[in-house]
Amino acid sequence: MLRIQFSDYEALREHGRQTYPHECCGVLLGRSVDGVNEVEEIVEAGNTRTDSAHNRYNIAPVELIRIQRQARAKSLDIVGFYHSHPDHPAQWSATDIAEAHWLGCSYVITKVADGKPDVTNSFLLRGTGEEDKFFEDEPIEILVAVGASK
Amino acid sequence: MTNKNNKKNYWRDMTIHIPTPLRTYTNGLDSIPVTAGTVGDALQELVTAYPGLKGNLFAADGKLRSFVNVYLNEEDIRYLSEKEATPTTPTDELTIIPSIAGGCR
Repeated sequence: MLRIQFSDYEALREHGRQTYPHECCGVLLGRSVDGVNEVEEIVEAGNTRTDSAHNRYNIAPVELIRIQRQARAKSLDIVGFYHSHPDHPAQWSATDIAEAHWLGCSYVITKVADGKPDVTNSFLLRGTGEEDKFFEDEPIEILVAVGASK
Repeated sequence: MTNKNNKKNYWRDMTIHIPTPLRTYTNGLDSIPVTAGTVGDALQELVTAYPGLKGNLFAADGKLRSFVNVYLNEEDIRYLSEKEATPTTPTDELTIIPSIAGGCR
């Protein structure tokens, strides 16, 4: 399961709107507890695939290292990633599974239809390695802070 | 007897940072101290201490898997002139970072 604050959930969907018609991408920081990836913070990242940003994304390793360092300073881990599918379903693609290597992490995908965030789904990358990895549909629990304004 | 402080004086400790998915193979540790003189030695010491990492880091031909990035501080070791033979110092940090990519088609 992926557990995320409503504000972070909305922020990652909003990121998809901002970058439309290009794919957005970012990192989910938090903790993995008893099989639940709990998100404490999301970090927007740049999409380096400027050659094909409408249907591809890539986060520069050096940016990931910076984000990982930032996480470590807060005693957080990288627990997942998010990206958008402009005018495509919020389902993982052949490219997504081929290029997914963070076993145990959540991969969140938002369909952005005509510039508006639509369906958001999460997929947990499972398996023991490249040979047997697979995506599993993952429920998203969205937390609303008590006293938060509507 | 050698204590940790003495070891610091005589060995060249450096740190390798382990990404979340590979901590399964390091007993949950997120960083591993190793004693090594080069990047390649450091990686070899790492997989010797934690053999489960080997298949996840290296292909059958012994080269790093294409999606595994290894950075010496802020630099990708693939672009260092001496690559894995690059000398290291105790203050250096190696970071293993699998790539993040994908797309809707």
